Amino acid sequence: MADLPSAERRNPAQRMELERFGKVSTVRFTLIVAAAALILASIGQVSPPVDRLIDGVPRIASLVDRMLPPDTDPAFLARMGWRLLETLQIAIAGTALGVLLSLPIAWLSARGVTPIPIGAFLFKGLVSFFRTVPDLVWALIFVVSVGLGAVAGTMTILVDTIGFCGRFFAEAMEDADKAPQEALAATGASRLSILCGAILPDCMPSLINTTLFALEKAVRSSVVLGLVGAGGIGQELKSAFDLFQYQKASAIILAIFVIVLAMEWITDRLRRMLD
Amino acid sequence: MLAPHEDGPGGPSSPLISISGLSKAYPGGPEVFSDLSLEIFPGECVALIGANGSGKSTLLKCMTGVVPATSGTVNALGQNFNGSPSTRQRKALSQQLGFVFQQHGLVRRLTALSNVVHGFLGRAGSWRAWHQSIAPQFMRRRALESLETVNLSHKANARADQLSGGQAQRVAIARALVRDPDLLIADEPCASLDPAAGHDVMQQFVDLARRKNITLIFTSHDMEHAQRYADRVIALKAGRVFFDQQSSDLDPNDLQRVFDG
Repeated sequence: MADLPSAERRNPAQRMELERFGKVSTVRFTLIVAAAALILASIGQVSPPVDRLIDGVPRIASLVDRMLPPDTDPAFLARMGWRLLETLQIAIAGTALGVLLSLPIAWLSARGVTPIPIGAFLFKGLVSFFRTVPDLVWALIFVVSVGLGAVAGTMTILVDTIGFCGRFFAEAMEDADKAPQEALAATGASRLSILCGAILPDCMPSLINTTLFALEKAVRSSVVLGLVGAGGIGQELKSAFDLFQYQKASAIILAIFVIVLAMEWITDRLRRMLD
Repeated sequence: MLAPHEDGPGGPSSPLISISGLSKAYPGGPEVFSDLSLEIFPGECVALIGANGSGKSTLLKCMTGVVPATSGTVNALGQNFNGSPSTRQRKALSQQLGFVFQQHGLVRRLTALSNVVHGFLGRAGSWRAWHQSIAPQFMRRRALESLETVNLSHKANARADQLSGGQAQRVAIARALVRDPDLLIADEPCASLDPAAGHDVMQQFVDLARRKNITLIFTSHDMEHAQRYADRVIALKAGRVFFDQQSSDLDPNDLQRVFDG
């Protein structure tokens, strides 16, 4: 013992204190270097060069100048109002239908709750697929399949909501208190009765919270769906930019800002009421 | 094993539950119990005692077909099965059984009345028992009567999460009793309650079972509960029946030996 260097004689806790960084394995070191290379290469390839940013400043200033003041022509405002209403309708209808369809899909995909355990993987996969494909891609698909307009937008929000709510509803069902479920199973209750009698009441606050987030998300999504022809205010915004009507565009952007902010305020109030 | 039970309190009537040569082992694990044989008669109040891991809860589950036994036969409430009951038998058993668990198992966000109405969920076409607001009048009336029997009708509209532990367990008893079962199974019903609430719950259990002539089997760690509230005490130790005696004949030393390592 007396031959050992002083550091070796220290107990493990003291040695830990001395080592500022743990040893890095070869694999971990390779991964860190690869990640750093990827970040640097990406910044080098597609981030804006400083000279272009400087050149862009006067152009942005010119665009803002052409956008102000926002168009307040009554006929235009009326048309925009109808488009805003359509946007909200797309969000509300898509969310409502999506939430309704999410409930059975979540039940079928929730581990330990599903009546068909073999199918759970399939339904989880379906929900993941709905979630991972971006909403604008869904909008393009529905514009092609059901035509231009609000119906394509509603279908997009519906699928997007299933992707979002399907996952969180299933997680809430999996986390629901097991004791009431076992108590009801002991009475001979069916799986559907256990779902409706014990699981849904138990995780209702979580379901409502997720639904409100889905509605908020749907309103934000529905304002841009019109850019690809799926109805709503986005369609108006696209034509305003296409026709260089920047004052109209600024009025639409302001309206979108107000409506998204209002929806966030409303859902926030509802969540607080729920708490 | 000390003196086994011979006849139920009602004399040589046919047993409500009869198990013969029952063994249970979980896959890859040791045997929980082996070659158990015993009979439980209508109207008896039986305490099943034993240390942790002695197999009390598993025996309850095996004798009611909730968990399949590895071997042996069970005749419970007129259903005869080897190991595991058929779906039809399981359904028939659940119609005549009331369960109360250590954790009350109430849906916390629902009212006491809705939780008691849940007792009807095992009936055919019982979707109307999902919530008291959609339940038919007879279910609501019976649920309220059941709450009355545990002296909690004044809490019918209180949410389960607003009830004390003892009150919640009494609502669970009301739920188990709402369909007038022939057999009431209580798995450590007082384990999560303080001593005063535990005695209160046990007293109500026993009074109700006697008044309604329901057979009651409860598991407990509490030797005082077993001695005070049961007619008969069955002790399990190391997967065997250590003794099976009328509670009036119990020797405190035997009781102590059940829990000694």
